[in-house]
Formats: sequence, C-alpha cells, structure tokens
Amino acid sequence: MFDNLSDRLGGVFKRLRGKGRLTQADVDEVMGEIRTALLEADVNVGVVRNVVERIRVQAVGTQVSEALDPGQQIIKIVNAELIAMLGGETLKITYASHPPTVVLMAGLQGSGKTTSAAKLAAWFRSQGRNPLLVGADLQRPAAVEQLRVLGAQIGVPVFSIAGDPVATAAAGLAEAQRLGRDVLIVDTAGRLAIDAEMMQQVADISKVVSPHYTFLVVDAMTGQDAVTVAKAFDETLAISGVILSKLDGDARGGAALSVKEVIGKPIAFAATGEKIDAFEQFHPDRMASRILGMGDVLTLIEQAEKVFEKDQAEATAAKLMDGEFTLDDFLDQLQQLKKMGSLSSVMGMLPGLPKEAKDAQISDDMVKVTEAIIRSMTPEERRKPEIINGSRRTRIAKGSGTQVSDVNKLVKQFSEMQKMMKRLGGGSGGAGGKGKKGGGRGGLGAMFGGAPGGAPGDIDLAAALGSRLPPR
Amino acid sequence: MNNSSLPMIFLLLAVAGLAFGIGVVAISRRKARAVPQIQRVAPVVTAVAAEVVAAAPLSVRDRLAKARSSLSGAVGSVLGRSDINDATWLELEEALLRADVGVRVAQSLLGALQTRVKAKEITTPAQLIDALRSNMSSQLVGTSRDLNFEANVGGPNIWLMVGVNGAGKTTSLGKIAAQQIALGRTVLMAAGDTFRAAAGEQLSTWAERSGAQIVRGAEGGDPSSVIFDGVQSAHSRNIDLVLADTAGRLQSNTNLMEELRKVRRVAEKGAGKVTEVLLVIDATTGQNGLQQARQFTEATQVTGVVLTKLDGSAKGGIVFAIETELGIPVKLVGLGETIDDLVLFNPTEFIDALFE
Repeated sequence: MFDNLSDRLGGVFKRLRGKGRLTQADVDEVMGEIRTALLEADVNVGVVRNVVERIRVQAVGTQVSEALDPGQQIIKIVNAELIAMLGGETLKITYASHPPTVVLMAGLQGSGKTTSAAKLAAWFRSQGRNPLLVGADLQRPAAVEQLRVLGAQIGVPVFSIAGDPVATAAAGLAEAQRLGRDVLIVDTAGRLAIDAEMMQQVADISKVVSPHYTFLVVDAMTGQDAVTVAKAFDETLAISGVILSKLDGDARGGAALSVKEVIGKPIAFAATGEKIDAFEQFHPDRMASRILGMGDVLTLIEQAEKVFEKDQAEATAAKLMDGEFTLDDFLDQLQQLKKMGSLSSVMGMLPGLPKEAKDAQISDDMVKVTEAIIRSMTPEERRKPEIINGSRRTRIAKGSGTQVSDVNKLVKQFSEMQKMMKRLGGGSGGAGGKGKKGGGRGGLGAMFGGAPGGAPGDIDLAAALGSRLPPR
Repeated sequence: MNNSSLPMIFLLLAVAGLAFGIGVVAISRRKARAVPQIQRVAPVVTAVAAEVVAAAPLSVRDRLAKARSSLSGAVGSVLGRSDINDATWLELEEALLRADVGVRVAQSLLGALQTRVKAKEITTPAQLIDALRSNMSSQLVGTSRDLNFEANVGGPNIWLMVGVNGAGKTTSLGKIAAQQIALGRTVLMAAGDTFRAAAGEQLSTWAERSGAQIVRGAEGGDPSSVIFDGVQSAHSRNIDLVLADTAGRLQSNTNLMEELRKVRRVAEKGAGKVTEVLLVIDATTGQNGLQQARQFTEATQVTGVVLTKLDGSAKGGIVFAIETELGIPVKLVGLGETIDDLVLFNPTEFIDALFE
C-alpha cells in the first residue's frame, strides 16, 4: 500500500529533528514528499507542480507555532490548500422558469453515465421534482434497456426512439413538455474526447436541447488523462459541473482535484455505491483527506452507521468506556466490521493508525481465526475470560483448530485493551463533546494516540493525524 | 497464526476504536443535527461551443498518433538539448508520470539511468532515450501473450472476464467471441453479469453479431450457477469455449470479491477448465489499477490483462507497472469500437508509442 503523507513527512522530519535551521534542501525534500503523495493519488503532474509551489510559498511564510511539530503544520497547510482547491464555488441547482430544466450527461465510455443519470433522476425525485430520462445512447448495445430497467426501479419514465441520438434528444424534450415533466435528463453515449465526430454529435445534442446543466461524469479511478478529457468536454460543451463516480472504491481520487483545477467547475455530486441512492453532494474536506491518504473518518463512520445499529453502537461504546466490553461484544463487532468491507480498506480509513499497523497485513483470515477461538468458548468464558485455565485453554485451542499460545495471546491482548479502554473512558474529558466532527476525530485520535495533552484547538489534524501509539 | 502478536492488537484496537468513535459521533449527532451548508452561486450559463469541425472517422493509426503526441513533446525537448541536465530528468519523469506508469516505476527506471549517466556510459540525450526505451522493452518481452486454449481438458475451455465497473468486460467479451469464431472455434457466452440492468441484453446483442450461443440467467440471480449452466450446456453441445462475463465490481468490496472467488470455483465443478482469467482495465485508469490487479488476482488468479480504450488520449501506463511488478502479462489491447480493433498486445509498439 501507498504510504500516506503523514508517514512520509514523519520520516523526513525525524531526520531533520535537532537541526536548528532548515536548509533549502530540507524544504525541497519535504516538498518532494508532498509531490509524491499527490502523484500517487493520481493528481495530474501539471496540477501537482502548481499546488506544490503554492504550498511552498505558504509553508515559508507560516509562523512557526510551538504547539505543533513541523510535520503537522505542513500537513495542515496541504490539507487546507486541497480543501480550498476542491471546494470554493459550489453548484446550486436552480430550476428553469419554463420547465423542463434540462440536464445533459456526458463522459467517456464506462465512466458511469447511465447509472449516474438514473441516480440523478432519483435525487431530483427526492427534491420533489418529476424527471424524465432520455436514452440517447444508441451506440452501446442495450444501453437504453439498462436505463429503462433503472427508470422502472425508481419510478421515472424513460423516453427513447431508435435511430438518431440528436433526434431522440429533441423528441425527448418535446415529450417532457407534453407530459409536463419538470426535469429532463439526457443520457448520451460514452465517447473519447479525441473523437471529433462523436464530440460533434454530443455538441449537436446539446444544441437541440439547450441544457441548463451539463454534467461531466468522471470515474474516481481515472489517472493523468482526466485533465485532457475534462478540457476537451468543457471546450465542446461548457461543463457546469462534475459527477465523480465509483467513489466507493479504494482509489485516492486525485482526478477530482485535477479536473476541478483545470476546468474550474465545481464537483457537484459523488456516487458512492452500487445502490441507486448511493449518490450525494460532494464534500471537499473528505476528498482532501482521502487524496492525502490520511483517513476518511466521516465516510468510515457513515459506512459503519449503515451496517451498525445506531443504538447498538452507542451501547457498545458505553460498554467499552465502562470496561464492560466482553468477548461476545467483540465477536459482534467483528461481524459488523466484516460487513464494511475488507479490513485493510477499513484500516486505511482510520487516521492516526501507526504505519506498522497498516503494514501488518491484517488479513481477513485473521478475523476468521479470532472468530473461531471466541466461538469455541463457553458463554461464561466469553463474559469472564479470566476463568480460562489450562484445560479450558486446551479445549478452546482444539475446538478452534489453533494453538494454545494463540488462545493465550487473544485473551491477554483483550484484557489489555479492556484496561486501556477503561482508563480512557474514565479519565479523559478532553476527547468527547467537541461537536460532530471534533468529537469523532478527537475520540479516535485520543483512542489511538493516548495523548491527552494535545492542543485542544487543533484536534482535527494534530490529534487525529499526528498521534502515534505509545511504544510497547 | 504465528506471525507475532502485533497484528492482533491492532485488530482489537481497530474494532474498539470504531465502536468508540461511532458511539461518540452518534451521541453528538443526536445532540446537534448539523445544518447543511448552502452556498449561493450565480446560475451557470451553458453556451455551446460549436467550433468542433466535423471530420471523417479517424483510422486506428491516426488515433494512436494523437494519443502519442503529448509524450513525444517531452522527448523532443529532451533530444533538443545538447547535454543531459536536471531539466532532462524532470521532463522524462513527467512524461512517464503523464503516461500513468506511477511514481515508483518512473523513479526506478530513471534511477538506473542516472547511475549510468554518472558513470559516463551514457552521454547524449539520444543515448538516454534509447537506453530508457530498451530498459522498458526488456522488462516486457519474453512473456507469452497467447490466449491460453488447451485441447483435451474433458470439456470446454472457460475464459472468465473480470474487472471493475465500466472497464469494458462485456464489449471485450463480445469481440473475443467474434475473433475466436473466426478462428474456427465454437463459442458459448455465459451471461454472468446478473447485476447490472440489461447486461444480459447487451451480451445477447454481441452473441447475435458474432454467432455465439448464449446462456442467460435471471436478473439478480446467482452468477455462479449461470456460468455453471453455461459450461454444462457447452459441454453437452460439444462447444470448445465458454466465455463467461461477470458483473463489474470494485476490488475493495469484500462480499463481491468473495462472490467472484466462488464463480471461479464453481465454473470448474463440471466438465471444463478455466484456462484464462482476463482482467479488463480501462486505459484511463490511474494508480488504482495496480490495486485492481492485486485484488482480482488474489481472488481469481488472473492470467492476463485486457487493456481497453487505448485509442483515447490515455496511455495506459499502469499496465507496465502491473506486468513488471505483479508479473501479469497484458494480452489484448482495445483500439476502437469495431471487432477488429481488439488486437494482441505488442510491447514494442506500446513502448514506442510512449517515445515516438
């Protein structure tokens, strides 16, 4: 896996520590690490050059604060810069005074236009609108059929006629007016930005329907080419915003930054899953941490909230802090955790986790083994692991097909964790109660760092990102 | 299970941390429901730029030439200098990065050359470019890129198509079917993408076009059983080759990867053998491609890569990293929409395309 920026910078600053003054070469090295981190996230080379330069200027001009170490200060600057780049002007949908409000979807083949068109239609419905979908992708076999099936799922009518995409789009507009639908979403065929003929066709479609909004659908996994594509489509169609698709994967999504920087149009929506309602407005701050590989706690928490029962989660958290967390609860948590995806991707989203933990290759097999051990215990043993003696251990090991030493390890580590939790739950008042974001991040940061002395005002980055496990 | 106690601790911590974090957030959310931030912006006016000149369809050669242009710019500028200096290295690095080969690969390629320049083995920019080109070529040649078809496997050969959503699995499968039929093989398509709406219809169209037979299951059905049925039915009809489509999935989705693992396992339950697992990768894919290759290989033992959409402006450099770092050969390349545009991967041409 890629190293995240805080690990990279941590390494550099470790070497620089104790140096009274930073030389130009030192600064260059830090900027080099930032550059690599951005490039590994697929941010465009040209964009990276500009960003790094801006960061350099800011870094040099920043007052050195005693409370933060230099690595944390740099990360703060980088993060803030990325958020500023990704955010800024947002797209607010205003509806046409003479309906329908026309939306045109465009993009490369396979970027996710058809699915996004349906998701967008569902979004408009949730806003109280009555959309009509037009299938003007007559190129890919069964593309219109796909749109029809999706339309039926969300209860939105789909219009299409065989033959010419431009004529279909024009007829679709007339149909929307006839039916009194107030939003028209035109799905178009995927096309290469350098295919002049196909680009002319989409320009023609645009001309006949005069869209109020033209969305470029960009795959979150796109590499360096994202800027070429975005530029070409923007020149042909005057893009009003970007829909970032397939953001539920593990791609860093640097393309979002590149596209935003190059065409200057806002990223309006992000598609975050296979389900039709996995479609939301874009959050620049989350994207920034994701690009830097520094965890995406909010997304993680949302994902968790989908699979965890809220009340149950609260109860578990309370138990944890009171030290009443049993192996049964732990087993339960493991089950939930498995639903959230592979362990490595979950771990990847947790900030402040030490590098060793991420490199530790926590395989899903390990979860299986852990499960097997716990399942081989009696209910009483799960509640009170301290009663596990030699013969019980042997039985558990046999029952789970593991070694006695494995059982020992689990029990020992579990009790250590319990102690630690109790301490945290009882002692630290600084972590919780900082409002939505701060609470979550501070909580996790304190959890992993055990650093009650962190500057309270800087919990977002300092506590959550810079902290380390206490040495063991 | 003998690998140190460290990982287990982290596992415990991860779980505990999660529960704790979620609890805190859930509680604080209950306290204060955040008010969504709404910003006002001026309505965006869309003006149609109609300056695009209608042109005749481009030939494959033209399309590739277009795709190559940006790199040749960097190389041209390197060659235009009389000596090798810092700018040379930066330009070469950026050229490689723009092609999506990745930072690590780019730096290791150039690092090896820097040593040789220091040792005065390489003194001119032209030598440098040549050395880079031949270094890259040597890492790609020597691998068998033939699609693996085995006689006498007691049933049909099974070729499985896997990949993320929108990579071009179904289209590539359709083209492979047509080509294999042209080679004189009998082909049956198994429509294992039971998830995406109308994926079966899309494949049916390809079956009609190519003259392949097709077995389809119910939408939302179990892909393993559709493919198993396909293999059985191919076997009973003495068909040579089963091309099995699967639904696109992101490699980070554990459940779907588990499903794919099962698909591969079940496909071989009857008479027949999986002789090729083709990972379809879109040429626009960035560094995530490496992760795709790793995870899909882990689940299904990928035997080859199909690089699609190389006729666009993207260079598909990530497959260089996939082949050199993971040892998975690139077998086919998609250069356009027609059946003949899916061609065997030629490493020399691929690398030349980066340096022309």
